[in-house]
Amino acid sequence: MKPITYPLAALGRATLGFLAMVGRVAIFAGQSLSHIVRPPYYPREFLNALLNIGYFSLPVVGLTAIFTGAALALQIYSGGQRFSAEAVVPQIVAIGMVRELGPVLVGLMIAARVTSSIAAEIATMKVTEQIDALVTLSTHPMKYLTAPRVLAAILVVPALVGIGDIIGIMGGYIVGTKQLGFAPGAYLTNTWNFLETADIVSSLVKGAVFGFIAAVMGCYHGMNSGRGAQGVGRATKTSVEAAAILILAANFLLTSFFFTS
Amino acid sequence: MIELSNVHKGFGPKQVLAGVNLTIPRGESMVVIGGSGTGKSVLLKCILGLMTQDSGTITLDGEDTLKAERDAFLARFGMLFQGGALFDSLPVWQNVAFRLLRGSLARPWPEAREIAVEKLRRVGLTPDVADLFPAELSGGMQKRVGLARAIAAEPEIIFFDEPTTGLDPIMSGVINDLIREIVVEMGATAMTITHDMSSVRVIADKVAMIHGGKVQWTGPVADMDASGDPYLTQFISGSAEGPIEAVR
Repeated sequence: MKPITYPLAALGRATLGFLAMVGRVAIFAGQSLSHIVRPPYYPREFLNALLNIGYFSLPVVGLTAIFTGAALALQIYSGGQRFSAEAVVPQIVAIGMVRELGPVLVGLMIAARVTSSIAAEIATMKVTEQIDALVTLSTHPMKYLTAPRVLAAILVVPALVGIGDIIGIMGGYIVGTKQLGFAPGAYLTNTWNFLETADIVSSLVKGAVFGFIAAVMGCYHGMNSGRGAQGVGRATKTSVEAAAILILAANFLLTSFFFTS
Repeated sequence: MIELSNVHKGFGPKQVLAGVNLTIPRGESMVVIGGSGTGKSVLLKCILGLMTQDSGTITLDGEDTLKAERDAFLARFGMLFQGGALFDSLPVWQNVAFRLLRGSLARPWPEAREIAVEKLRRVGLTPDVADLFPAELSGGMQKRVGLARAIAAEPEIIFFDEPTTGLDPIMSGVINDLIREIVVEMGATAMTITHDMSSVRVIADKVAMIHGGKVQWTGPVADMDASGDPYLTQFISGSAEGPIEAVR
């Protein structure tokens, strides 16, 4: 091979490597879904996952949402003043939180908190031979580790998104009524009247998809981690990066699907 | 009986197993020895199906292990891992009774706990250890818990991967004696991987030495010292001089 073709060869190798990885992740995701519906089931693992992904994420989701909603109200008010549209703060906070910021921020928080913890836990299990031990104990690692976590994330992240939406709107409400002079009753009425069913449905569907992505990325990178502490660290980092990027990409696709027709 | 015939396994350009032939008769304790990186653990993982050999056949009582029904096949095995491989998130008794709480061997929780406590007692641990988590145990205690888990479902075949690695000589002796007692008591077929010669002398009925991806020598443990095989002699003596290169 001539030196002039080296960059092309490198580009080809990188492209093939990327496509192969996409294929592996897609197969892994499909297998995860198939193991969810096929016995044996591990209800105790599922309940643990529900608790870890859902209940213990509430503080971070709540804090993220309330500050985001509050900042959004301030931004819309100051931006709206430029063309005398300050009155639309309740409506824009509501639509901004429910359609975009609620699901995306909850998804990213779940990627940071849950994906990293799943990847680190499973990767550590791999390097300490706990995954091999599961196999020798006649337990399929995908069924015992992946399926409960993925199912729990699909079910509980929409609930977290719903809670995040409400808390975000309340953040806007607090700033709107305490700082910007909106009447409390009118603020809530405007918020409620402006939201449509499609806004809420899209928010919850996004939550389910983001939960699926976050859990699958954590499990995939954990199961495929390298050796030693460095392998665990790399798996954790890569899982969060991949989950965050995929969540943002999926958000664009879902927004296109729900709101551009 | 476990029979390996011309088993090959490589990783990239490195051929780890290059035609291993080995027979482990039913009810006997075979110890596989060899230097670090000679493929002992790979051999064990190929038998269990944790890795698939590139070529060659492995049979258990005449049945190809690759064609066997996985659950039924694995239900015949118990395994003690090098680092214990205990599940951090479960208390000790649930680790020991893992197989008895799920799948085809599942029993009611109180019964499974009773069996776990009994197995812990068998390996010299008191019942109060049952509710501790693995991280709260010393290395020796973790090995014992791993041993209790390996024998909990009373398997026909037990594998021990480096059972004394990381333990002091006294604890190594205790674990070696326990393994020997348990294997004899249960009448199990055992395969142990080690490079600890004191383990070999206590645990083995037969010894196989792996070198260069093949079985270099195999025979009864009593014949080991007088084998005349230069590789085995060097390994037993721990000498840097001999056919086995000290720098690998």
